[in-house]
Amino acid sequence: MSNSLLTRRGLLKTSAVAGAGLALPTIFTSGARAFTNDPTGGTVTLGFNVPQSGAYADEGADELRAYELAVEHLNGGGDGGMLNTFSSKALEGNGILGKKVEYVTGDTQTKSDAARASAKSMIEKDGAVMITGGSSSGVAIAVQGLCQEAGVIFMAGLTHSNDTTGKDKKANGFRHFFNAYMSAAALAPVLKNLYGTDRTAYHLTADYSWGWTQEESIAAATEAMGWKTAEKVRTPLGAGDFSSYIAPVLNSGADVLVLNHYGGDMVNSLTNAVQFGLRDKQVNGKNFEIVVPLYSRLMARGAGKNVAGIHGSTNWHWSLQDDASKAFVKSFGTKYGFPPSQAAHTVYCQTLLYADAVARGGSFNPCSVAEALEGFEFDGLGNGKTLYRADDHQCFKDVLVVRGKENPTSEFDLLEVVEVTPAAQVTYDADHPMFAGGALGACNPGA
Amino acid sequence: MDAILLQILNGLDKGSAYALIALGLTLIFGTLGVVNFAHGAIFMIGAFCAVTLSRLLSLSFETIDPTKTDFLGNPATIKTPYVEAWFGPEFGSAMIDWAVPLAILFSIPVMIAVGFIMERGLIKHFYKRPHADQILVTFGLAIVLQEVIKYFYGANPISTPAPEVFKGSFDFGVMFGFDPNAIIYPYWRMVYFLFAAVVIGAVFSFLRFTTFGMVVRAGMADRETVGLLGIDIDRRFTIMFGLAAAVAGMAGVMYAPILSPNYHMGMDFLVLSFVVVVVGGMGSLPGAVAAGFLLGILESFASMNEVKSILPGIDQIVIYVVAIIILLTRPRGLMGKRGVMEE
Repeated sequence: MSNSLLTRRGLLKTSAVAGAGLALPTIFTSGARAFTNDPTGGTVTLGFNVPQSGAYADEGADELRAYELAVEHLNGGGDGGMLNTFSSKALEGNGILGKKVEYVTGDTQTKSDAARASAKSMIEKDGAVMITGGSSSGVAIAVQGLCQEAGVIFMAGLTHSNDTTGKDKKANGFRHFFNAYMSAAALAPVLKNLYGTDRTAYHLTADYSWGWTQEESIAAATEAMGWKTAEKVRTPLGAGDFSSYIAPVLNSGADVLVLNHYGGDMVNSLTNAVQFGLRDKQVNGKNFEIVVPLYSRLMARGAGKNVAGIHGSTNWHWSLQDDASKAFVKSFGTKYGFPPSQAAHTVYCQTLLYADAVARGGSFNPCSVAEALEGFEFDGLGNGKTLYRADDHQCFKDVLVVRGKENPTSEFDLLEVVEVTPAAQVTYDADHPMFAGGALGACNPGA
Repeated sequence: MDAILLQILNGLDKGSAYALIALGLTLIFGTLGVVNFAHGAIFMIGAFCAVTLSRLLSLSFETIDPTKTDFLGNPATIKTPYVEAWFGPEFGSAMIDWAVPLAILFSIPVMIAVGFIMERGLIKHFYKRPHADQILVTFGLAIVLQEVIKYFYGANPISTPAPEVFKGSFDFGVMFGFDPNAIIYPYWRMVYFLFAAVVIGAVFSFLRFTTFGMVVRAGMADRETVGLLGIDIDRRFTIMFGLAAAVAGMAGVMYAPILSPNYHMGMDFLVLSFVVVVVGGMGSLPGAVAAGFLLGILESFASMNEVKSILPGIDQIVIYVVAIIILLTRPRGLMGKRGVMEE
């Protein structure tokens, strides 16, 4: 036995008193704080959560470039980009509410658990007051849920599933990017004009949240204009070689193939389809056609010449000639030497929109930001007049229908805009069945 | 009937790739006794040999064209590939068009060198270590190689098309009296299948009909005795490692037009190739080839709508289900021999 005066009971007492003492300051501060990560010094920290590794790392890299550009512009650096064209003039180039904007980055790895972990770390360790980014709907929905619980605002990056602002919508989450329903609503009339009403479509669909909503949306829109659906085939995510799914298409009676694929799947399935010579075939006395509802320039590059003449939709394209798009392309192109992608555009807009909402509301409190964004109408960010709808936190704006260029003049010049579908044509009711099931709930300021 | 024929054809090219990778894996396992998880990465590096050669041939010099503007409104720079300037526009563009077949020649020395460096530099030190250590070190190596490729080439797939003449598909159905378009098969996949057949034939002939091959086969059967006969079996086995790398590399080069190469493609093939090796029987070369084609074709069948409507999701698990059935009924695989990995 030792002769120490320390007894078990004594140790417990001392620890309890010490623990309470240590906890006291946090109790006071958290009582004083109205919301999570209230920035108290001269700076404010934003959390950029993008895929820096994994299959969407190139999108992630482009998003990060746009974020850095946005931060530079918010802090008064560079040429100001779309700050000069943005219809709201609440931002003055002196940070946000006079606080210099700083940022931390996380790697989502395009995996929900990794994305949640990196978002959590940025909120708890780095004091990020807002989380933004991502290049997949699965990740966006997961991180949106986390931000709702943590009491910070989530400004979604590239996420196209109806569910993000449908059944999984959250009061703290906001989406600038368009969605599967809008793609279908924009594409259907163009497809009708090009290919007529007597067509039969064959769907190959990525077997996860985004793919399902994309398939549902485009099938409903094309069936509404008289097309028939021959088959809806689900393909495993990352299937690699799609030949065994493509081969039966020609003999199915279908004369249009709809590829509800994105990323590497889109590149591979489209490449396979072109290899099988589908586009050179005649079925039912008509030319066989391929449609890719969601296009991305970064992906089109992977598919090379195979995209020529194939129609799809996109949120934004650098060749747009409005002042805002030109200003953004100029600042991005001058800084990095190539034009921005749609992923870069949407996250740049989201950063500006968040900063502007803070400035207009006069507070970083998520509930104040949410109130400022809800029902906010703006212009001058490259998509024309846009509304952040209060009911579901989805942006409503024009949608671009694009076509793969036959003779690209450069490695960036892969898509051409065929039609700018007006926002009214892609707008749906907040209680539309494809978006039903969830509730926005109340904003959570956390703390 | 036509649908079944179609899927058999479809399974052939996938099966060819599995067979080529599994052949290399079995060669390495049979000779060196190493379970090489970096073999998929070698396949991937092969595909990137095609990408690299295509980029090298497309290397261009820039001239300013004041009549055109780039995306920022500055005078546009026009790129002209050096090969077109050196050999004339027609021959130059034909060379770029034929980059993938040309990359076979380019890949052989590169892949042998990669294999040699891997074997001498790292794997050699793990011959006497347990299989678990070998798996860990080669798996780690695969991740390193993958990240190196991603660093230089990015994460997105890179389009590497086959020559123009192989574009489109051949209508087999019409030949056999079916409706037009019932059984179509892309030209390049036919080329791939024939190429795989030639390579597999060449490897078997090399092992069967040359003295070198005879020594290697003897070494596979009983390494110690061959060593006691005064033959430097280690050197030959190193050469076999290089050969296995070249086979997987060529398989990757030719696969580049079928599947736009990305840094992750090796991993996707690796797991399946191991299943192929196990189903074929560890250490059995004919087993690896037969199992490669068998599983390739079964995978194609499983993705038929008729099959999927009865057993949803079967396309994703069929290979593993078959592997379980075969291993339950024939624990050494289709053509496995007694005593391999059983000590």
